[in-house]
Amino acid sequence: MLAKELERVGLPTAQVCTLTPVALMVGSNRIVPASSVVHPLGDPHRDPKAEKIFRRGIVEEALRALQLRDD
Amino acid sequence: MQGHAKQENRKMGAEVLRIVQYLNQFFGGIGGEDKAHVGPQVKSGPVGPGRAVQEALGERGEVVATIICGDNYFAERIEDATAEVINLLRFYQPDAVIAGPAFDAGRYGIACGALCKGVKDQLGVPAVTGMFRENPAVDLFRKHVYIIETEDSARRMSEAVSQMVKIVLKLVGKEKIGKPSVEGYFSQGYLENEISDRPGAERVVSMLLAKLHGQSFKSEVSLPKYDRVELAPGIKDLRSATIALVTDGGLVPKGNPDRIEDRAATRFGVYSLEGKDALDPNDYEVNHVGYTPVFVLQDPHRLVPVDVMRDLEKEGVIKKLHEKFYSTTGAVNIVENVKKMGQAIAKELKNEGVSGVILTST
Repeated sequence: MLAKELERVGLPTAQVCTLTPVALMVGSNRIVPASSVVHPLGDPHRDPKAEKIFRRGIVEEALRALQLRDD
Repeated sequence: MQGHAKQENRKMGAEVLRIVQYLNQFFGGIGGEDKAHVGPQVKSGPVGPGRAVQEALGERGEVVATIICGDNYFAERIEDATAEVINLLRFYQPDAVIAGPAFDAGRYGIACGALCKGVKDQLGVPAVTGMFRENPAVDLFRKHVYIIETEDSARRMSEAVSQMVKIVLKLVGKEKIGKPSVEGYFSQGYLENEISDRPGAERVVSMLLAKLHGQSFKSEVSLPKYDRVELAPGIKDLRSATIALVTDGGLVPKGNPDRIEDRAATRFGVYSLEGKDALDPNDYEVNHVGYTPVFVLQDPHRLVPVDVMRDLEKEGVIKKLHEKFYSTTGAVNIVENVKKMGQAIAKELKNEGVSGVILTST
């Protein structure tokens, strides 16, 4: 819902989330799967260094999504 | 156990229906958000709300087993979890499955909807659930599954349950299910031809007149609820882009100075990232009833990735991380309010020259 209002004014918005079916249904345009409901951009099972690299991977995916164009 | 009940009812010539119920970790009595990650487990007989189901069934049926599963476990692997739970259900040879009711709980609603759909498709047995109208799972599953409309909390559990059981009994008896407004379920998008006492032109004019007079009227065609938004132009050059972080995971400064609600939020907070290379866990708290905050409290970057964004900024991958992050609470939220907040945040970010947004939802 928030993502749509942002996209509507021309701000590309990547939504990092776990409940992707909801995001799809609601009409979010750039959906990026999160790690988990309770740690969308993290993984407590990894050591801090590895976790940060993991986080960066998802963020980079989000940045890629932001660059998607209709053409 | 079941044999005894069967004997009793043979006198009346009716078979006692075998019902299996699905509950989440909370209604199943295992725990709260702290147990949302647990996989499916089976208990024989009714548990928690199952007692209300058993009461509503009376002698017509028996809740032979209850399957309990954590909301996150299910939401994070919907297809696999559906298969797992169905495998557990099979063993009990149910005549019908009752899931929830989930009221306004989104993940629970998704589990109930997905499970009922799976049971219907794979076991060919009636499966019914119940939810509040704002539950996102309603629109996801209403076309596939009978979802009884409930209130937003378990206050009226027995009413919800009794309506669910009524539909289950009808489905098992292969009786015709009446209109949504009569039976209490969310409409499934079917159009049925009906003979009316007035021609269409008359009906539509009287609706128009009612509308013009500010009176209530009932539309014969319901409009779709979610509009589609055109894709905004993608960012051409990340290196000159300013990216803003927004979240609905409820991360707020300690003390929640803006008093953002922990559910159904009507407000959002704007918090400075100026001079911050990282978010100190000591400065923040999580204000959100919909998930266990443990992991985000340990490391807020798991929700708002300031650390990674600063690295990307320093490396020149992006030009700038916007100096403020926006936060609200996405638990059991009302569509209208989220829309308003989204519009307000969008206006601000646009005015401040932000190029794109990363929104993190839990």
